[in-house]
Amino acid sequence: MTVSAIAQAAAEASTGSVTAFPAVDAARVPRDTRPLRLITCGSVDDGKSTLIGRLLWDTKAVKEDQAATLRRDSGKQNDLGLPDFALLLDGLQAEREQGITIDVAYRYFATDKRSFIVADTPGHEQYTRNMATGASTADLAVLLVDARTGLLEQTRRHATIATLMGIKQFVLAVNKFDLTGYDRARFDQISHEFKELALSLGVRQITAIPMSALKGENVVYDGKESMPWYDGPTLVEVLELATVRSAQTVGFRLPVQRVSRPGESFRGYQGTVAGGSVKPGDSVVILPSGMVANVTKIVTFDLVRNAAVAGDAITLVLDRQVDVSRGDMIVSLESQPQTGLAFDAQLVALQSDGIQPGKRYWLKSGSRRQRVTVQPSSLLDLKSGKWNHHTDGLSMNAIGKVHLAFDEQAVFDAYEQNRTTGAFILIDPDTNNTVAGGMITGKRSSLSGIHTEDSRVILSLPADLADQLMATELFASRREEADIRRVNAGKAAEVLDGIDG
Amino acid sequence: MPSTLPETELHNPQTTKTPLDPHLKALENEAIHIFREVAAEFDKPVMLYSVGKDSSVLLHLARKAFYPGRVPFPLLHVNTGWKFSEMIAFRNDIVKKYDLDFIEHINPRGAAENVTPFTHGSALFTDIMKTEGLRQALDAGGFDAAFGGARRDEEASRAKERIYSFRTPEHRWDPRAQRPELWNIYNGMIRKGESVRAFPLSNWTEVDIWRYIQVEEIPLVPLYYAKERPYIERDGMMILAEDPRLELLPGETVKHGSIRFRTLGDFPLTGAIPSVATNLEEVIAELEIATVSERQGRAIDRDQSGSMEKKKREGYF
Repeated sequence: MTVSAIAQAAAEASTGSVTAFPAVDAARVPRDTRPLRLITCGSVDDGKSTLIGRLLWDTKAVKEDQAATLRRDSGKQNDLGLPDFALLLDGLQAEREQGITIDVAYRYFATDKRSFIVADTPGHEQYTRNMATGASTADLAVLLVDARTGLLEQTRRHATIATLMGIKQFVLAVNKFDLTGYDRARFDQISHEFKELALSLGVRQITAIPMSALKGENVVYDGKESMPWYDGPTLVEVLELATVRSAQTVGFRLPVQRVSRPGESFRGYQGTVAGGSVKPGDSVVILPSGMVANVTKIVTFDLVRNAAVAGDAITLVLDRQVDVSRGDMIVSLESQPQTGLAFDAQLVALQSDGIQPGKRYWLKSGSRRQRVTVQPSSLLDLKSGKWNHHTDGLSMNAIGKVHLAFDEQAVFDAYEQNRTTGAFILIDPDTNNTVAGGMITGKRSSLSGIHTEDSRVILSLPADLADQLMATELFASRREEADIRRVNAGKAAEVLDGIDG
Repeated sequence: MPSTLPETELHNPQTTKTPLDPHLKALENEAIHIFREVAAEFDKPVMLYSVGKDSSVLLHLARKAFYPGRVPFPLLHVNTGWKFSEMIAFRNDIVKKYDLDFIEHINPRGAAENVTPFTHGSALFTDIMKTEGLRQALDAGGFDAAFGGARRDEEASRAKERIYSFRTPEHRWDPRAQRPELWNIYNGMIRKGESVRAFPLSNWTEVDIWRYIQVEEIPLVPLYYAKERPYIERDGMMILAEDPRLELLPGETVKHGSIRFRTLGDFPLTGAIPSVATNLEEVIAELEIATVSERQGRAIDRDQSGSMEKKKREGYF
């Protein structure tokens, strides 16, 4: 049954019991796609709880006993005979008591085409951290506005955070549209303003939908009866067609989680492919050591595979004895991430202690944990979207640009290129709490501050000799000034041959 | 295939299976990632194993995650002494078949103070035999991480729980002080005595569990399939009438009918549903048209709204 056929059946059922709606036959069909992960942004006033409740209700994700508990707890229903959806969503007792949402919650629903994971986050300004958390895994953001008030400052704030976290698909839900008398001009005006805003943030995949979550118009079922002029998709139709993010087009990346040695005859490196693909015979580099090896086998429980792609949890076997341990990254020889002691990043501060300049934190990215110090350089003004010079600490919910300085070699891609190998969290060693989420923007040139006319020497050395030199105290004391790349002999010759000297 | 396969791979029985669809594959990949991360980061993990369908899926994923090696941690069954007898028989078979390290714990207070679901009521019984029993077993083993099969779609307070759910040395969960969890980067840093509960199935729904069991051909306790069984009706629940410890109350009679269970726990506290679904396909077909949630048959969730959150705060997994 198509969505519009369901809508028609729903319309025929008119004001009868909602359970008269035909069930969406969601369970048995194999899914062609991964679950779509989305985040909903907007405040209680915009009707966010009603929207999510409506999505769960109309896709039959709410079961009767849950609804009964809901009715018993709320003791009230809205004028359509539906329970108070906010109670369904606010799972913690403190939230029920205070009538607010204090944390990220995850909701699950499915249609006959796809399944969905919704990160439901509170909309208040002080909950930027929750929004950043929800957005970190999302493929798409649904931004909610009240049709009567239109875009607010918080709409810009939510759109900015979503963009920063790498979301490239937006849906603008122009909700409570029934309260404008289904005014088409009003919708056109709001969607035009939003497109301007999204384009200014570099987001091109935008859909605006006039909607009444309360009445269920253009959420799962269409709203043709009230808005015959609207021929665009319903919210669920947009979600069904949205793309999931993929890191398959970039270079191969395998952050090593653990080394599997069940017996003398087997040594495999276990992890989840974080980018690109790999097949037996491929040449790979182990970072940060720079050693080179070839892939002989990709082992999984089900079969020995011909190839693995981004997202696959695999065990990789190499053709030679190399030193690989947890935290290392196995990458393609041709397309390597950046290795260095200094990187630039954007940070969201998540805890009340904020982020202090110069303090040593733990940084965890992939399976690797290492020491880092953080120096802020600018601060994002969410009202205007502008970055202002700022070198003090970052307070909770602040978003800043920072310099990262490591004790040992770090390995990253830019977050723009890879949302897994470009992302990290900071952990406070005093409390063990997660205090920031960060996105790498690029490697910081270790030559910064050095006059470009200063004289430099490029050496190409056997790896063992270079390792000995770098282990000396003199070298270690000035390591920040050195630029090091590990390559094979052929590549080194190629580079040096390209330089007149 | 290369001739240099390690011996263990040649024993893999599942090479002809239908491949998973991308949806289930993504859920499987995520779960394996979590298993490997916890096993690598913690000193002494353990897997809570309740013998039910979610535990069966969890165990299957653990075997996949560490293949070709063994599952590198023990399974812990916190028994209450009131489980369905078929569950215990099934459990013992599985432990043997898959060469697993296994720990069973029953709170000694149960026998010493004669704590039963009939004498103490479901809430107190669960508190003593499950919550307190679990704390005892975790303390005794010195475990710093415990895998559980909980899903976020099960219950409202679970919807907000992290994949790494931090616990104090007293095993308490503070829902208001949870660590933010971004991307798939998990913070496993804890102090001595503290622990985490790790939930690899967080993003699975009940339908996903059943479909995965079907595609992966995971063995289940037969109680999940309909069969003619004796039962009594009590407090609106259909209670299996097999165990001699079940005493009939005035007015109760043993009936016979085709019934099955959607979840498995302690037999006096777990209600059956009438069903004719004798195999997995029929169970899934019934599930699609089911209009009540699976926890509806669970007495422990019905004590009051928010009861699961309260139990979790006290250390229930």
